[in-house]
Amino acid sequence: MTGDETLLAVDGLTKAYPGVVANDGVSFSVAPGEVHALLGENGAGKSTLVKMIYGLVRPDQGTMRFRGAPYAPAEPRAARAAGVAMVFQHFSLFEALNVAENVALGMENPPPMRTLGQRIREVSQTYGLPLDPDRLVGDLSAGERQRVEIIRCLLQDPRLLIMDEPTSVLTPQEVEILFHTLRKLSSEGTAILYISHKLEEIRALCDHATILRGGRVVGSCIPREKTARELAEMMVGAELQLTDRAGRTAGEVALEVAGLSLAPLSPFGPSLKDVGFELRMGEILGIGGVAGNGQEELLAALSGERPTAPGTVMLGGADIAALGPNPRRALGILAAPEERLGHAAVPDMSLTENAILTGSVRKPLTKNGFIDMAAARGFADEIIRAFDVRTPGAHVAARALSGGNLQKYVIGREVLQEPRVLIVNQPTWGVDAAAAAAIRQALLDLAARGAAVIAISQDLDELLEISDRFAALNEGRLSAPRETAALTLEEIGLMLGGAHGMQEAAL
Amino acid sequence: MITLVKRPAPSRLWAWSTPLLAVLATMIAGGVLFALLGKNPFEAIRTIFWDPLFGPNAAYFRGQLLVKAGPLILIASGLAVGFRAGVWNIGAEGQYVIGAICGASVALAAYPAESGLLFPAMVLAAAIGGWAWGMIPAVLKNRFGVSEILVSLMLVYVAENLLAYMAFGPLKNPQGFGFPGSRNLQQYPAAHNPELIAGTGMHWGVVAALLAVAGAYVLMHRHIAGFRIRVAGEAPRAARFSGVVPARLVAFCLGLSGTPAGLAGLFEVAGPAGQITDSFNAGYGFTAIIVAFLGRLHPIGILLAGLLMALTYIGGDMAQLMLQLPAAAIQVFQGMLLFFLLGFDFLTNYSIRIRGALA
Repeated sequence: MTGDETLLAVDGLTKAYPGVVANDGVSFSVAPGEVHALLGENGAGKSTLVKMIYGLVRPDQGTMRFRGAPYAPAEPRAARAAGVAMVFQHFSLFEALNVAENVALGMENPPPMRTLGQRIREVSQTYGLPLDPDRLVGDLSAGERQRVEIIRCLLQDPRLLIMDEPTSVLTPQEVEILFHTLRKLSSEGTAILYISHKLEEIRALCDHATILRGGRVVGSCIPREKTARELAEMMVGAELQLTDRAGRTAGEVALEVAGLSLAPLSPFGPSLKDVGFELRMGEILGIGGVAGNGQEELLAALSGERPTAPGTVMLGGADIAALGPNPRRALGILAAPEERLGHAAVPDMSLTENAILTGSVRKPLTKNGFIDMAAARGFADEIIRAFDVRTPGAHVAARALSGGNLQKYVIGREVLQEPRVLIVNQPTWGVDAAAAAAIRQALLDLAARGAAVIAISQDLDELLEISDRFAALNEGRLSAPRETAALTLEEIGLMLGGAHGMQEAAL
Repeated sequence: MITLVKRPAPSRLWAWSTPLLAVLATMIAGGVLFALLGKNPFEAIRTIFWDPLFGPNAAYFRGQLLVKAGPLILIASGLAVGFRAGVWNIGAEGQYVIGAICGASVALAAYPAESGLLFPAMVLAAAIGGWAWGMIPAVLKNRFGVSEILVSLMLVYVAENLLAYMAFGPLKNPQGFGFPGSRNLQQYPAAHNPELIAGTGMHWGVVAALLAVAGAYVLMHRHIAGFRIRVAGEAPRAARFSGVVPARLVAFCLGLSGTPAGLAGLFEVAGPAGQITDSFNAGYGFTAIIVAFLGRLHPIGILLAGLLMALTYIGGDMAQLMLQLPAAAIQVFQGMLLFFLLGFDFLTNYSIRIRGALA
C-alpha cells in the first residue's frame, strides 16, 4: 500500500506563537491510501500541524508538496479544492437544522436538497455510516454528529482526510464502525491523517506513526510492531508511572441517589431520568459515557447547583436534595465540574481568590464573613505545593495557567478540603499524561483515606484504572453499577448504549 | 496589519491609566469641538477644569464641588456593586426622585413640628422609597425574566411624572400663592439638611457618600458577599457553583443600588434644592452611571471620578455663562468622557500588535 509515491510531503514546517514554538522543523510524508497517525500529548503540536495542512494557520517556515505539486493553502477553501478534508474534534453543526441542511452549509456548491439527500444516503450506505438526512442534528448522538461531518467531507471526494481525535466522543462499538469506514476509504486510495493519543487505536488502525513532542518530531514507527507502553514512552519521553490502587476497602453507604430526574440545563441538552445508585465510603464509582449524555446535569444535581425533588439525594440517611452547594460543602460533599474556566474557576481572578471560591465553607478563610487574605493565600499555596501546580505564584490569574495546571489546582482545592464525597467530571480532560496520572493518584489516595469518590469521565481506560464499580450514563439514564474488575470492554460498550443508530442498520 | 491580542491577564497599568488617558483625550476632542464652535479651546478647557478650583471665585465653587459630587458618589457607589455583579440598574434617577418624594413627604406631613427624630425618619423613608423602587425591576426580572435594564429605565419616567404630580398636587405649598412646588425645607429647621461646616459644601449627603465609599470598599474587597458579587459578574456559572442564588443576587443588588439613590434624593431635597418641584431632578442618577464606570467600579475610583465629574458640571456651567458655550456642547463633552473611557478600556484586556502584511 505504501509505495514510493507520496501524496503529502511536509518539510521543515515551523510555527511560533508568542512564547511558544508550536511546531519546530516538522517533516514527514504520507503515501496514498496510508493511514498515518500523528501521536503526541496535548500541546505537542499536532493540532497546529494539521491546521497548517488544512490552511487554517500559515507556517512561518517550511514547505509542503501535495500530489507532487507545491502546496501552500491560504485558507481551508483552497485546501478543500486541492483534495484535503478535515473532521474537527469539536463539531461545527447547527442543532436546529437537519442533517442535509448542515451538510449543504459546509459545501462550496451544494446541489439541490433532494439530490443531496440522495447522495448522503448513497455515501452513508457505501461507507457503512448509517445516517438519515432528514433528522434534526439536535436529536443526534455525538457519534451520529461525527458521521455528519465525515459525510460532508466524503462528498467532496478528498485525497487526504484529516481526523482530529475522532474517537474521544464515541462508544467502543461506534469506534469499530468508524474504523471500518476508514479502512474502506484507505483501500480506495484515500490517505488518512489520524490524530490521537489513544495508543491501542493507533496500533489497530494505522500503517505508520509520526510522534511529536514539544513541537518536534521525536520518532516514527510502524505502530503494530510496538507495544502500547513503548508508544506511550516515545510520546511522553519518560517512563510511565503506574497508579497504585492498593489499600481500599468499601465501608458503609455514604451517598444514596434514587429516582433522580432533572430537566435539561440547555435546549437540546439531556434530562436526567430516574437515576439511582449507592455510593460507599472508600469507593470510587466510575461513570462512563459520551459527553452530553447528562454528565453536567448529574454533577449539578449532586453538587447542589440544581436542587432536586425531596428524597432523591441522601447523605448518611439524611435528605439533602433541597440543599444548595454551600450547605452540601458543609456536610462534606465537594465537586469539581468539567468546565475549568468559568465554572470550576473564575478566569480573571487570582488563584488565591479561586481558592476562596469553594474553600470558604470548610477552610477557615473568613472571619464573620470577612475574608482572611493571608489564610486564603496560605490555602492557595498549599494546593500549589501539594499538587505541583506550575505557576509563578498564587497571585496569577486562573486563565494564565495551562489547562493541566489549572485542572490540578481545581482538583487539589477540593481534595485538600478532605471531602466525605467528591464528585469530579472529566478530571483529566485536556491534561497531559503526567498531570493526569497525578490527578488519578490523588483520587485513589483520597478514596484510600476513606472518602467516597464519583469519577465521571469519557475516558474508559481511566475509569477502568481507578474505579471499583462502573456505571454508564446514556441519554440521561444511568445503568446499574457493576464491579469493574469483572467487566469486558465489549460489555462496557453495550452499557454505553452500543452503537447509536446501528439498530436500524442491522435490520 | 494591526492585530489585537488578548492579554493573558488584565493589565493593571492600563486599568489605572485609562481613566487619565480618557480625560486627556476628552480635553483634546472637547477642545476641537469648542474650537469648531468658534471659542478659544484653551480658555474653555481652563474654564472647565481650572477656574472652579483655582480661579478668581474659587472659594465659592470649591464648596459647590462637594455639593455636586456628593450625590454622584453616593449613587455611583451603590450602582457599581450591581454593575460588578452584572445587574444593570439604569434607573437610579427614578430611585433618586422617589427617595426625595418619600423623605420630603414625611417632613411635610410633620410640618411644623420640631423634633430631633424627624430628620432620621426622613432618611429612613427615603431609603425605603429608593429600595422599593429598585425592587420593582428585581421582582419583575426574577418572576418573569424581564430585563432589569429596560424596567429600571422606564421607571425613571414613571417617577418623573409622579414627581410632577406631587409638585402640583399633594405636596404643593399651601402658602405658595399657587406656584408649583412644595414648602422649602431649608426654612424648616428640623427637616433641613444644612451645610455642616460653613463654606465647604459639606452636608449630610456628603457624609453619607463618604460612608458609602467606605462601606462599598469593605463589602467588595473584604467581605465574602462582595467576593461572590464579583464572581457573579465575571463567571455566572462559577458563582452558582460557589453558592450564589441568582434571584437573590438580583434583588440584593437592585435594592443595594436603589437605597443610596433614594438617600441622595433626600439629602438633595432637604439641602441644596430645598423643595420638591417638577424639575427637581438634575440627572445625577444618569451621570452616576458614568461616574461608576469612570471610577472603574472601584469605590476609591468612584470617589475621584465623582469629584472630576462634579468639576465638569461646575466648569461647564461657568463655560456656558462666561463663554456662551451651548449647554448641549457641555453634555457632549461629558458624554465623550465615557466614550473615551470605554474605548481605551479595551487596552486593559487586549494589546495591539502591528505586524507586516505577511506573518
